[in-house]
Amino acid sequence: MEWEVVIGLEIHAQLSTKSKIFSGASTAFGAMPNTQACAVDLGFPGVLPVLNSEAVTMAVKFGLSVDAPISKRSVFARKNYFYPDLPKGYQISQFELPVVGKGSIDIELEDGESKTIGITRAHLEEDAGKSLHEDFQGKTGIDLNRAGTPLLEIVSEPDMRSAKEAIAYMKKIHSLVQYLEICDGNMQEGSFRCDANVSLRKKGAEKLGTRAELKNINSFRFVERAINVEIERQAEILESGGKVVQETRLYDDALNKTFSMRSKEEANDYRYFPDPDLLPLEIDDAFIEAQKKTLPELPDQKKRRFIDQYALSLYDASILTSNKDLAAYYEQVVDASGKQSKLSVNWVNGELAASLNKENMQIAQSPIKATDLGVMVGLISAGEITGKIAKTVFEYMWNGEGDPLAIIDKHGLKPITDSAELEKLVDDIIAANPKQVEQYQGGQQKLLGYFVGQAMKVTKGKADPAQLNQLIKKKLK
Amino acid sequence: MHSKSIVELNDGLKKGEFSSVELTQHYLQRIKKLDSKLNAFITVCDDSALEQAKQADQRIKAGQSSLLTGIPYAHKDIFCTDGIKTSCGSKMLDSFTAPYDAYVTELLKKDGAVMLGKTNMDEFAMGSSSETSFYGPVRNPWNTACVPGGSSGGSAAAVAANLAPLATGTDTGGSIRQPAALCGITGIKPTYGRVSRYGMIAFASSLDQGGPFARSAEDAAYLLQVMSGFDQRDSTCVDKPVPDYTKSLGDSISGLTIGVPNEYFSDGLDTGVAQSIEQAIKVYEKLGAKIKKITLPNTNLSVPAYYVVAPAECSSNLSRYDGVRFGHRCDDPENLEDLYERSRGEGFGDEVKRRIMLGTYVLSAGYYDAYYLKAQKVRRLISNDFKAAFSDVDVIMGPTTPEVAFKLGEKTADPVTMYLSDIFTIAVNLAGLPGLSIPAGMVNDLPVGLQIIGDYFSEAKLLNVAHQFQQETDWHKQSPKAFS
Repeated sequence: MEWEVVIGLEIHAQLSTKSKIFSGASTAFGAMPNTQACAVDLGFPGVLPVLNSEAVTMAVKFGLSVDAPISKRSVFARKNYFYPDLPKGYQISQFELPVVGKGSIDIELEDGESKTIGITRAHLEEDAGKSLHEDFQGKTGIDLNRAGTPLLEIVSEPDMRSAKEAIAYMKKIHSLVQYLEICDGNMQEGSFRCDANVSLRKKGAEKLGTRAELKNINSFRFVERAINVEIERQAEILESGGKVVQETRLYDDALNKTFSMRSKEEANDYRYFPDPDLLPLEIDDAFIEAQKKTLPELPDQKKRRFIDQYALSLYDASILTSNKDLAAYYEQVVDASGKQSKLSVNWVNGELAASLNKENMQIAQSPIKATDLGVMVGLISAGEITGKIAKTVFEYMWNGEGDPLAIIDKHGLKPITDSAELEKLVDDIIAANPKQVEQYQGGQQKLLGYFVGQAMKVTKGKADPAQLNQLIKKKLK
Repeated sequence: MHSKSIVELNDGLKKGEFSSVELTQHYLQRIKKLDSKLNAFITVCDDSALEQAKQADQRIKAGQSSLLTGIPYAHKDIFCTDGIKTSCGSKMLDSFTAPYDAYVTELLKKDGAVMLGKTNMDEFAMGSSSETSFYGPVRNPWNTACVPGGSSGGSAAAVAANLAPLATGTDTGGSIRQPAALCGITGIKPTYGRVSRYGMIAFASSLDQGGPFARSAEDAAYLLQVMSGFDQRDSTCVDKPVPDYTKSLGDSISGLTIGVPNEYFSDGLDTGVAQSIEQAIKVYEKLGAKIKKITLPNTNLSVPAYYVVAPAECSSNLSRYDGVRFGHRCDDPENLEDLYERSRGEGFGDEVKRRIMLGTYVLSAGYYDAYYLKAQKVRRLISNDFKAAFSDVDVIMGPTTPEVAFKLGEKTADPVTMYLSDIFTIAVNLAGLPGLSIPAGMVNDLPVGLQIIGDYFSEAKLLNVAHQFQQETDWHKQSPKAFS
């Protein structure tokens, strides 16, 4: 039987507001437990929530960037359940009337085609605290620093058909929220999290199959692996004539397996109802228009511009614009290089990307300043250094030596352009290789490379190969 | 000293006839001597009250006194008070001391008022008789075999017994007006949003509203003036200037149109109460008011709608009392479930549990539409009734309660009978309107309350309408003998 995979994602993006969504406490990560929770976050008697308008602005920006309507009137609702890290016994969320309506976003598939993924809605809600089970021998520690942190929950349509598509979508949203500067995208700190709804149906079937919700998958790699093992699990059940149970499953990355957390029957009845402590959120056209004006250039717009302005391939432009910082870095390189956009992309997406990758570093952490790299690219294109020397210069820059001109100076990497010096050098090589000279003059033209190679070796790459070529050819005539 | 009005007290303080410390000591002594008969106070704050009085005296001497500087008051134990126990009448919060002041507490402090203590109340304000308190029932000063009404029974009894010239209360379904009526004093529930709910422990957030108790409308105007105002920490608080409530107290009410709803004079109404109210309305006629019969057709739906909305909100509001961070925690919980079950089981009384269960039920999947949504629709109908009425009349008058104070234990066995004692007050909360109750007669030596309902933010008018009545009558001047 051939199965079609159906995936929908619920992404929780932590909004990078300074204070919490309903209180004035700080949202900074990594403070001592319970030092960033005020009476409101602790759910003390009599305290009341007050909506942080910054969070609303951010949600509106997101909505506008995915072409979704912004609700003129949305409602905060209480989601009721008991858990020790949920201080009030309810989470303030949005249920029937979310702030952002139906939108969409385009993703690129591996074959270069693009696909539109629907976004059902996005709503504002508060995060819960953290339960810490380690370190407390048989007890649970509660840290409420995270309680009340603003989240934007972005719910997709079940439009994805493979783990790869899911990842592409997730990466696109990840990139978008960072472009909008509404989320720092830090997955290790939990600022960007994802739950995946996965189901299978017979190829061609209309009706969706029963889904499992995968929770707690906190990296792109784990999302892909979790979805794939879940697809396998469901396929096995269906192949053997069984039925998939609607349930919430947890992914265990150590075992690369998903485990049942709770079934539909065990699911909470959240008893949603409008929060009487908060008035409906009303947003007028003027506010929406004002936000439209503050929107930065978004990934897709930037990508098109890069293709036009810098004559880049779709592939290169996609990589560069997938990350706002990377795109900015690239543009600085181009500027410093004297508009060498193609050579610049080779170095940024090539050598630099490889080095960053190897060290598991982000572009923001790059030890090489964009202007330095740009200057180096400029030197290459002006023929002042060779590609080979450039690689050496790059090494020094990577190790923190900075200015490429100073590096060239300090390490004696200046190219040998003095023709007398080169002539002497070529003469020495010819004299040292009589056999090869004989063979070359006997017609083996390809030995020219051998002489050039020898010369490059002696000059440690500092000579211009083209100049050497000419010179050797002339000498061996 | 304890029969003086706020105007007289302010005058005496300013002229140096007596100091705030003396005044405070006088009330503290009365509480010590008399409260054992009433159980109106949960906490008496001798030391902090005298300290506040001392500071008030300095302020008065420096000529910097405000409306209530140096005036003692009793604070309902639902308002958080920094460093002083706030129990809400519950075992759950018996050990709870808030690390912050409610906004109302803050305003009173800022004004220089002197807090004598925290008053007894129905547990989490759920009740109409002040019998559900963990600290035992409050008794009515007019007849200690009777209830003072609830939930703000401690505050009402304290003012009626002259243990405090002023007291705060909260009104979710009648919890200020009904005890004011049963204790023969003046109590006003302001428009929803007039008084900040910040630090006022929530029962039903969309209905709760703080307000004053006093012996007269004039005195109440002073306390309401101080309690009112916008607070950005309460999103439902309305940012609207607070008028000077005492300024309009002399206005003539000649030509005022008073609506009298047929529905408030139905079968359930005690004949003695009915007669008192009719007499009171005649006083208004004499003052030049026009009386108009009106109808509020959805009145009978108010109690059922209320007992869906209020429990629904309370079931969620009270989820925070889980034994994890503050309040009562059971001994040696075996696991999380056990911690929740026993902490809540032990910490809450029967009436609170009943309402939590009721509220949880009406919000449950499959019942939400039939109960909660329906109740919200009814709420709108009730608001519309009032809206229509106020296009014809200036104020609405009727009895505050169907009967005078009942005996302790008389209605505890039958919650529905108890719920019906708020039949005339509840609709006002559902609509968010202001309403007040003033004493307007006696039946069997127990006070009768006249309820006056106004349009949104018409507190100034209501207070004056009440004040005009109190210029003509002296029901508000009567005091129970044992406490006069």
